[in-house]
Amino acid sequence: MPEYSGRVQADGDDPATPKGPESGPSFPPGDERSLTLLVNGTPRVVTVSPWVSLLDTLREHLDLTGTKKGCDHGQCGACTVLVNGRRINSCLALTVMHDGSEITTVEGLAADTLHPLQEAFIACDAFQCGYCTPGQLCSAVGLLQEGRAQTRDEIKELMSGNLCRCGAYTNIVDAILKVKGSPA
Amino acid sequence: MPRSDSYIGSPHSRVDGPAKVTGRAKYAAEYHHPGLLQGYIVNSPITRGRITAIHSGEVLKIPGVIKILTHENRQNTAWMNLKYADMDAPPGVPFKPLHDATIRFNGQPVALVIAESFEVARYAASVLRIDYAEESHATDVRTRLDEARKPKKGLATFLKPPPPKPKGKVEQALAGADVTAGGRFYHGIEHHNPMELFASTVIYEEDGKLTIFDKTQGTINSQLYVKNVFGKSFKDVRVLAPYVGGAFGSGLRPQYQLFLAVLAALDLQRSVRVTMNRHQMFTFGHRPATVQHTNFGATGGKVVALQHDAIGETSRFEDYTEIVVNWANMVYPSPHVKLGYQLVPLDVPTPTDMRAPGGVTGQHAIECTIDELAHKAGVDPIEFRLKNYSLINDADGKPYSSKELAECFLQGAAQFGWKDRNPLPRSMTRNGKQVGWGMASGIWEAMQVIARAEAVLTADGKLTVRSAVTDIGTGTWTIMTQLAADCMGMNIEDVTFELGDSRLPFAPIQGGSFTSSTVGVAVKAACDGLKKKLFKRAVTSFPERFGSTEFGEVNFSEGRLTVPGQEGVALKDIVATTKRGQLVSRNTGSLPLLKLRKVTRAAHSAAFVEVEVDEDFGHVKVTRAVTAVAAGKIMNPKTARSQILGGMVWGISKALREETIIDHRYGRVMNANLAEYHTPVHADIHQLDVIFVEERDEIVNELGVKGVGEIGIVGLVPAIANAIFHATGRRVRDLPITLDKVMRQEEPRKN
Repeated sequence: MPEYSGRVQADGDDPATPKGPESGPSFPPGDERSLTLLVNGTPRVVTVSPWVSLLDTLREHLDLTGTKKGCDHGQCGACTVLVNGRRINSCLALTVMHDGSEITTVEGLAADTLHPLQEAFIACDAFQCGYCTPGQLCSAVGLLQEGRAQTRDEIKELMSGNLCRCGAYTNIVDAILKVKGSPA
Repeated sequence: MPRSDSYIGSPHSRVDGPAKVTGRAKYAAEYHHPGLLQGYIVNSPITRGRITAIHSGEVLKIPGVIKILTHENRQNTAWMNLKYADMDAPPGVPFKPLHDATIRFNGQPVALVIAESFEVARYAASVLRIDYAEESHATDVRTRLDEARKPKKGLATFLKPPPPKPKGKVEQALAGADVTAGGRFYHGIEHHNPMELFASTVIYEEDGKLTIFDKTQGTINSQLYVKNVFGKSFKDVRVLAPYVGGAFGSGLRPQYQLFLAVLAALDLQRSVRVTMNRHQMFTFGHRPATVQHTNFGATGGKVVALQHDAIGETSRFEDYTEIVVNWANMVYPSPHVKLGYQLVPLDVPTPTDMRAPGGVTGQHAIECTIDELAHKAGVDPIEFRLKNYSLINDADGKPYSSKELAECFLQGAAQFGWKDRNPLPRSMTRNGKQVGWGMASGIWEAMQVIARAEAVLTADGKLTVRSAVTDIGTGTWTIMTQLAADCMGMNIEDVTFELGDSRLPFAPIQGGSFTSSTVGVAVKAACDGLKKKLFKRAVTSFPERFGSTEFGEVNFSEGRLTVPGQEGVALKDIVATTKRGQLVSRNTGSLPLLKLRKVTRAAHSAAFVEVEVDEDFGHVKVTRAVTAVAAGKIMNPKTARSQILGGMVWGISKALREETIIDHRYGRVMNANLAEYHTPVHADIHQLDVIFVEERDEIVNELGVKGVGEIGIVGLVPAIANAIFHATGRRVRDLPITLDKVMRQEEPRKN
């Protein structure tokens, strides 16, 4: 029976690999600082440590829980938001790097009425559990703004960073095509 | 204006749609509370052994860390094993988190670090040192087949009966058959991986009661678990799950974050949230690894022998079972049948039902073997299935309450263009790739259990119907709203369905495709009860119109109670005559077991698939697929179609992509993340078509509904495997059919 004291090197989120304190990030991780995010058109001042992700700032500090955490590793796309018009994984962005950035979350897509993509998602039944939906929507808004995807196959390719475990893929692409207004 | 019966059967958009597309829908980890603490789980890096030391001291010095809970300092919880048994617990002793120093599986939770912020809790958890004494372990079912034994019996055996006794002489029949087919099929472990991470937010109320937002497929199941484990009463524990970000079976049992969050909240008398990370989503229930063997025989195109054995893995503490081998003789009559199902206990967490549990495993082997049998007999696979078709379940001699599978074959084949298929393998190519067309049938039992519902009509003319049931993305919320509106003859805008709250009338865990029937029948019962109360009230309050009327003569339509030839009275005006300004009816859905015992109830499907196989690289692409489904009444063709589409994507995933890879030297999952645990992305999914075949069933339940949660996946997996055979001329029997297996199969081929 060998004695085991976990000293395996791996990334910190692996539940199976605890590390010694010396191998982790230094603590405390720098001072909290105040910065301004322009979220859905409204300036929001937040005070956060440098290690807080943009995703956690939105969800935990600004109560904008529409943006979802599915992996926290940039692998699933549920946290997709628009930063200065570009779609990004907010779990891979540190808040302190975005002082002054314009951020659009799913809560900011609808004005007085739903965004056409939101309408199309409902009409095409482009979701089931709804958890990947905010990310799919923000990603689709970014996709249409980029203007690169013309065909059904191109939309599929450029939406492939957004996983949907319920399997609503064909309906999501239908919804995007409906708004884009051109046949597949 | 709505006519009676107008909403059910129509493609109504989801009632929860606006909340889900605007971000207003809140999931378990999204409720805030002043002073909410954050817990982060620490998991065991070893697979079997014990904890020898936990070095909490240095970590507790980190600013913001409140407490570290382990087996050494946890407060008392129930000592009886039975108290940990939830509604879905298999026979055995449930896993008890932080119970003692023993490590039973890799990734077992061993500590909870509670801190003021998520980031501090995560950091502190990452630096907590724990020493272990490791013991040797076993995690690979394939190396322990000699330890297979029969499953223990328990309450779960009722819903998951063991295989029936053998009939005839299968060995002799196989020896005498014109053609035989079969082989060994291996399926690896799979994890559900819903997009939402498991989380529990426990609000510690001022009076010590707990309000819990939990990710679960059963609010009352979680409530029962917390009540029993922590010695609370039902009224002190309220569990809510109005939105559930997918589950697929993973939420059928309370997961360990619920235990840990409640433990921390009670210990600190504060509100606590615990969220798993994606790695931790690979540390509990899963679809078990399974080894199967089939050997089928046919003479003159008729099946004469069915032999099917399966060995699945389970944990060392619970006997998780599923129905893997019972299906073949339900679909294919045969005079000689021998079925076997055994378990191998390993150092793994207890497996849990995962979409079409057992069915998708067994039917892959069965339908591929039938395809092989048809091919060897020189018969088209649809023709072979029609030659062996029966409206009687040969396994128990009972007739199907309805079975439109033959119509599924016809309509599916027509839509797919099956008649143009060249039966010869390797006969079709396109752009330098082998093209294959395969098909299979699918079956899933139509079950029903007991639920209650409440219907309340208020004087403003609004109807509220309530049940504790969840909607995990299935469309339950929508179809129950449609059903209630139809039952009461009301406009759907005046109807609200409330769900996902343990305070509401009893509903069982949501799974097995039995929610539509179970909760639907309860909703109908509550509405029927309400109608009787409305009529009774109308007779008293409006005697001039209803004094001499019988209940059987009245109609409920357009929000009014009418008798033929009269304009009637608005329902809200009847309610307005009550003292409390509302009428309430609480009822239990009927379950006529004596009647149901005389039949077999099942949904059926036929799946058709085209694949393109790149033999140089082993890449398989499902270019198009058609699934024709006969599942009784389709309550909402829009949401039901999505259920089937989802099942088809799962079928593609199971056949070609997903598998949890364990390094058996360590017993640890090597691909515990969404980049290396492969599931399809947008670019992997091409043309998918769904056909609902009309099927009237007046026996299965009073709604004629069978449920569509599982039937979409079962046929698609073998249809893909059969299409790959048609494309390449070779059978790959192990799943997933990854490119290495396709290429390995290609070695003997002469170019």
